[in-house]
Amino acid sequence: MSGFIEPIVGCYVHVEIDGEINRIYFEENGTGIPLVCLHTAGSDARQWRHLLVDEEFTKNFRVIAFDMPWHGKSNPPDSQYGSEYRLTTASYTTTIRALCNALKLERPVVMGCSIGGRIVLNLAIEHAREFRALIGLESADFQQPWYDTTWLNRSDVHGGEVCAALVSGLIAPDGPEAARNETLWGYKQGGPGIFKGDLYFYRVDGDLRGRTGSIDVRDCPLYLLTGEYDFSCTPEDTLRTAAGIPGVKATVMERLGHFPMSENPEQFRRYIAPVLQDILEKQSS
Amino acid sequence: MESERVRQTTDPPVPFAHDAVIAAFKAIPGLLARDAALTARGRWLDVDCLLGPSTQPFHVAIRAGQIVDMTPAPVLMRSWRFAYRATPAAFAAYWQAMPPAGWHDLLALTKRGQATLEGDLHPFMAHLQYFKDLLALPRQNGFGGAS
Repeated sequence: MSGFIEPIVGCYVHVEIDGEINRIYFEENGTGIPLVCLHTAGSDARQWRHLLVDEEFTKNFRVIAFDMPWHGKSNPPDSQYGSEYRLTTASYTTTIRALCNALKLERPVVMGCSIGGRIVLNLAIEHAREFRALIGLESADFQQPWYDTTWLNRSDVHGGEVCAALVSGLIAPDGPEAARNETLWGYKQGGPGIFKGDLYFYRVDGDLRGRTGSIDVRDCPLYLLTGEYDFSCTPEDTLRTAAGIPGVKATVMERLGHFPMSENPEQFRRYIAPVLQDILEKQSS
Repeated sequence: MESERVRQTTDPPVPFAHDAVIAAFKAIPGLLARDAALTARGRWLDVDCLLGPSTQPFHVAIRAGQIVDMTPAPVLMRSWRFAYRATPAAFAAYWQAMPPAGWHDLLALTKRGQATLEGDLHPFMAHLQYFKDLLALPRQNGFGGAS
């Protein structure tokens, strides 16, 4: 309907990270338990727009999705223009905690996808008591590389086109065409070298093998959900990770790939609704 | 870890006839000629490459996004810039209307050891979506029950 205004509200919050103020863009909707959503590498928080307007979820959750610095509408920090962007386990963890503190969120739930799914494992390892629950989508302690990331940022290959073309195969084949195109559009719009810089965390710095065994889900419940068509973080990767964490809940999602929340929101809803319900019930018990 | 997974999945994921895979591949130039949007996307592409089933690859000459020649390999002393070859089982699975998970993308096939990518990869990577869509054309043409 022409003229319909969605209930999502977008704001900028100033967040001090490593001694420098970052102007971070976030969108939110709903009331209740804070639910902070982390986008995939090389994209931005628009991936969560369907969850942000889900009336059932936003009755009980304050859904917050933010653009990481260097992504979407969150610019690079002033001092960093011209330098090579590289996300690390430490910088990613610091950013999430700083954002939650700046927004004064009390024990939020954090749900992340891909690199966001990896970092929630680190939050579970190092900071579990700060969070009410953690949800990792397309999440594993490690996965086998399947291409050379130097192709993502070079002057003789269009960065947006190659980033989108690479990840296009991670989307399940029979999802809605518009949702597929929108998911890829995010990759076509990323800044130069940003997807590659995110993958420094994913490929090099963020190998959590041998560390996830220390996760205690009694401190913070942990849910892992992976799409069957994700050949980057495969269901086998997630199930292998889950096998080493007593009490974790792992689910393989049918007809979904690496971007469940944006590539097929209706199908994703079938899987995330019971997780959010479980968190709600734990809250009230 | 990955190699272990490949070893576990050596059976073809869908039944197929080898001759049908070759015939479907041979139809690609005609299918591309009828796809104006895909041809236009390749308008900056000129390359001689080796593509197709590993049992019968083809020398493919592409000019301005159009296939101007496709000849079964081997051709004496014919060179190519890059090669993408996949097992017939892989192409048969890739061309299904709903390909099985892990068989639905050219690079999923290389990751699982069902395809090889060799040579100077620049033209392939600079036109990656073009090649993904080009080699998927038999799916749209009804191979594997698609329409």
